[in-house]
Amino acid sequence: MTDRPESERHLTAYARSLGIHVDGEEDRTPVLAVEFSSVIEGRPGALHGGATSGLLETAGYAALRARLEQDGRDPQLKPINITVQFLSAGKQKRTYAKGRITRLGRRNANVSVEAWQDDRNRPIATAIMNILMADRRT
Amino acid sequence: MLKLNHCNPATGTAQKRAMTPPLPPFDPEKAAPFFFRHGHPGWLGLRYCDHGDDWVELALPWREDLLGEEDRHVLASGPIISLLDMASGMSIWTARKVFTPVATLDLRVDYQRPARERSAVKGRVECYRVTRSAAFVRGIAHDGDAGDPVATMAGVFMTIARDPRSDRQA
Repeated sequence: MTDRPESERHLTAYARSLGIHVDGEEDRTPVLAVEFSSVIEGRPGALHGGATSGLLETAGYAALRARLEQDGRDPQLKPINITVQFLSAGKQKRTYAKGRITRLGRRNANVSVEAWQDDRNRPIATAIMNILMADRRT
Repeated sequence: MLKLNHCNPATGTAQKRAMTPPLPPFDPEKAAPFFFRHGHPGWLGLRYCDHGDDWVELALPWREDLLGEEDRHVLASGPIISLLDMASGMSIWTARKVFTPVATLDLRVDYQRPARERSAVKGRVECYRVTRSAAFVRGIAHDGDAGDPVATMAGVFMTIARDPRSDRQA
C-alpha cells in the first residue's frame, strides 16, 4: 500500500484512478478536485457525463464520511440512488465538487452535491444522493 | 423503387435521388470501436454486446482499479453510471438511426444490489421516445441475468447542433 494523505483514505480505487483528490476542506467538509484529462473526456474537449457523476458521487460519500467521523460513527455505506442534473458542459479545466448533508438519520442520509469549474456560483452539475448506512458485521 | 422508373422525366431530380443510396442507418456495433477507442469510455474498456431497433447493450469489464470498496471485489457505482450514460447515447442514435450529438440533461440511477464479486456489468438501455430536441431513455445494469438487475436507470438527453449549454456560460 502506498502512503496517501489521511483525508484521502476513504477515496475508492475507482476515484483515485480517475485522478480525484482532496483539494481542501471547508466547514469540516472535503472539497474534491479532478484535472481534465483524456480519462474523463466525453465529446472532444468536454467532460464525460459519467465521469462528472463519478466525481459528484465521490464528493457525496466524502462529505458523509467526514460528518460520520465527527459523530464517532463508522457504518458501511451503500448507495440507494443518485439523480444527476447536468447544467452546463464541463470544459478542459479543473473541476471541483463538494457535498452537503441535507438530512442525516440513523439508517439513511440524503446528500446534495455540486460540481463547478471557474465560478462557484455556476455549478456545471448537481446531484442528490440517498445513502444507506449499515452496521458493520464483525 | 420500381415506380420511380416510370416517373415523369420532368421530375429528374427524384430519379437522381433514388439512384444515390441514402446514408446507412447508425449501427452501434460498427460505431462502438470508434466510440470506445478514446476518452472516458475507452479508459473504462467498454464493449459492445447487442442491440435492437431502439436499444443497446454494452459491457463494463471487471477491473481492480474500478473497485468501489477496499475490502470487496465489486465494481464501483461511478463506472456503472458511465456505462449506462454511454448505452443511453447509443440507444438514442440507434432509435433515431442517425448520429447527432446529445448532452445528458438528467440521469437517475437506483441501485438494487451490489454486482457480484469479480463480475463484469452489462448496461442495457432503451430509447422509448424522441422528440425534436429531447430523448427519453430507461435501462438496467445487470451482471448476467437481466431479470435480476444490479440497477435501474432513467434519463433525459437533449440533442445539440452546437452545445446550447456552453452558450449559457457568458
